[in-house]
Amino acid sequence: MAKKIIEIKNVSKSFSGKDVLKDINLYINQGEFLTLLGPSGCGKTTLLRMIAGFLKPDEGSILLDGKDLEGTSPYERPLNTVFQRYALFPHLDVYDNIAFGLKLKKVPQEEIDKRVRRVLKLVAMSDYEDRDVETLSGGQQQRIAIARAIVNQPKVLLLDEPLAALDLKMRKDMQIELKEMHKQLGITFIYVTHDQEEALTLSDTVVVMNEGRIQQIGTPTDIYNEPVNSFVADFIGESNILNGTMIRDRKVSFIGHDFDCVDEGFGENVPVDVVVRPEDIYFTNDPARTQFTAKVKSCTFKGVHYEMYVDSDTGNELMIQDYDPYPVDSIVNLYVEPDDIQVMKKERVANVLEAKVVGEGKVEMLGGEFECSTEGFEEGDEVLATVAFDKVELLDDLEEGVLDGDVHFILYKGDHYHLTIKVGDEGFLYVDTNDIWDKGDLVAINIAATDIKLNRKND
Amino acid sequence: MKRFFAKLYIGILLVILYAPLVFIAVFSFTEAKALGNWTGFSTHLYQSLFTGGMQGGSGLMKAVENTLVIAIISAAVATLLGTIAAIGIHNLKGRKKQAIMFMNNIPMINPDIIIGVSLFLLFVFLHISQGMLTVILAHISFCTPYVVLSVLPKLSQMNPNIYEAALDLGATPHQALWKVMVPQLRPGMLSGFILAFTMSLDDFAVTFFTRGTVGLETLSTYIYADARKGGLTPELRPLMTIIFIVILVLLIIINLRQAKAQKEAK
Repeated sequence: MAKKIIEIKNVSKSFSGKDVLKDINLYINQGEFLTLLGPSGCGKTTLLRMIAGFLKPDEGSILLDGKDLEGTSPYERPLNTVFQRYALFPHLDVYDNIAFGLKLKKVPQEEIDKRVRRVLKLVAMSDYEDRDVETLSGGQQQRIAIARAIVNQPKVLLLDEPLAALDLKMRKDMQIELKEMHKQLGITFIYVTHDQEEALTLSDTVVVMNEGRIQQIGTPTDIYNEPVNSFVADFIGESNILNGTMIRDRKVSFIGHDFDCVDEGFGENVPVDVVVRPEDIYFTNDPARTQFTAKVKSCTFKGVHYEMYVDSDTGNELMIQDYDPYPVDSIVNLYVEPDDIQVMKKERVANVLEAKVVGEGKVEMLGGEFECSTEGFEEGDEVLATVAFDKVELLDDLEEGVLDGDVHFILYKGDHYHLTIKVGDEGFLYVDTNDIWDKGDLVAINIAATDIKLNRKND
Repeated sequence: MKRFFAKLYIGILLVILYAPLVFIAVFSFTEAKALGNWTGFSTHLYQSLFTGGMQGGSGLMKAVENTLVIAIISAAVATLLGTIAAIGIHNLKGRKKQAIMFMNNIPMINPDIIIGVSLFLLFVFLHISQGMLTVILAHISFCTPYVVLSVLPKLSQMNPNIYEAALDLGATPHQALWKVMVPQLRPGMLSGFILAFTMSLDDFAVTFFTRGTVGLETLSTYIYADARKGGLTPELRPLMTIIFIVILVLLIIINLRQAKAQKEAK
């Protein structure tokens, strides 16, 4: 049985009123290589800094070997960190950098010599003892930073995007070396990265995070093959994410066709998100196997495979990866295997917003005032407002909107875009649109009076 | 042609700037009592300056000693206070940082005479008897902002994770400060110290108002009093020359250090 070395229980954190982590629960097994993966601002570094002791959780607790770490200062924790920008001490040479922690612990000089030499060998930097750290290359500095951390034989090694500052080739080499080091040392690694490929390559367990919440915890293969929601599917690897309907168990409909699948238990005629990886759509000449036809729009050589965009007979755009190219404008026959279709419950089917009736025909929500029918409600009532995804109007001209927000996340769903709009610090709006927006675009938001439907809370 | 005029202009500028200094330096090597008379080369004034055998200027060496004691103590204390303040300011954010920086800059733009008079009034109000101690306190107060300004850039150049890295490796905050932060900040602290030292050395207005009535003389107040008595003590000429050369050497050291630091940064 694996032993839990670190447990994170109900941890929340906010900076100046903004939630960065919301109710995080996670445990890490002894000797595991665990990666916190997510886009910038998802809270992964904050979580790592809390484990290291540089930040305190607002709520919840972090346990090491079953003992609460609250009140234990960073210098008392048997953990060591490898920082993103190395953070070597420029006034000390390589030897003194590595020996820094051991000298503080009053380890005898011969022991220090022995251990420094051993870690230098481990990171393949044996002849660099007397070098000035500033004369080393980025990759070499990172090796020294790793050596400086592991020489203290920490129970857990924390790595904060340690390879982010290196060039691609160096990064690939270091990934292999890190994996090798992890195997040799048997120390638990907690690794923070935004690079999904790095996470899949290195980890035993991947924790996908977004917006301060854990989205999915699993092995790299689980995360890739069975993403739990469209965020994970989009963030890990390439994918076609489509709106679909679960007709009944083992039967799902998307892009206007019915497909056999292996998922059960969603109910009948339930709207779902469907993920099909681009390498899982196959070409065929056999009419019996053909599930739908499509027209090839573009074909690009990507080294090992070709990447093609096709328009299905029902007008949905799909990405396909195959070893053989098909000419542009040709009509192709396609099929998908049942177990390559990943069906996910929709996180939401419409925007449901906290609102307050502020007058006859007027509600306030997301910090803006909208007109809508308030029949049956009194001024001051707290209500829930429902707005369909495709009824939110996005405009260029900020003067014309009731609210403005910025495009936070974009998901292409084959025939439309599903946008997440961040409205200041008030919340999020989810919008279906055919217009093309870019991430970070500032948009004005309008909702027609007839498209806002109010419900009493607890209805 | 254009280049010639450019050089001529610079030349004239430098002559005007340095003529008085050269003038004093040249006339420090003659015995004449009145400045401007050349009575032949002699190092007599240097001798009498150091042996104390000068006519009517017995307080001069005492004034020099006071000046140096005040400058060294106030520069040292200002360096300590300024460095601590700079670390605090560096860790502030946004508006608070701007506000504190603004408050730090005011004493530097504020005329010395105003600082002097207000400190004088403050000491009187607090019933602190004025003398060497009040002069040192006054000098610390106007030197500290300069140290803050020379240490701050070193802090922003520093990798922000370095302090945390030290804690992470088992250093207490105190050890992290002395073993990691101070070695990083040392060049900034040293330029701050030298700046504070020179500021203290040539101060007149603040010293004049805060030295009280116990007869404390620093170099600047001594010269002022001497000049009012009619005619400057001739030994001031070699003294000025020596001070100028010391300051020049200090400036050259600062500049060389900065050039070296810039080269290392590349």
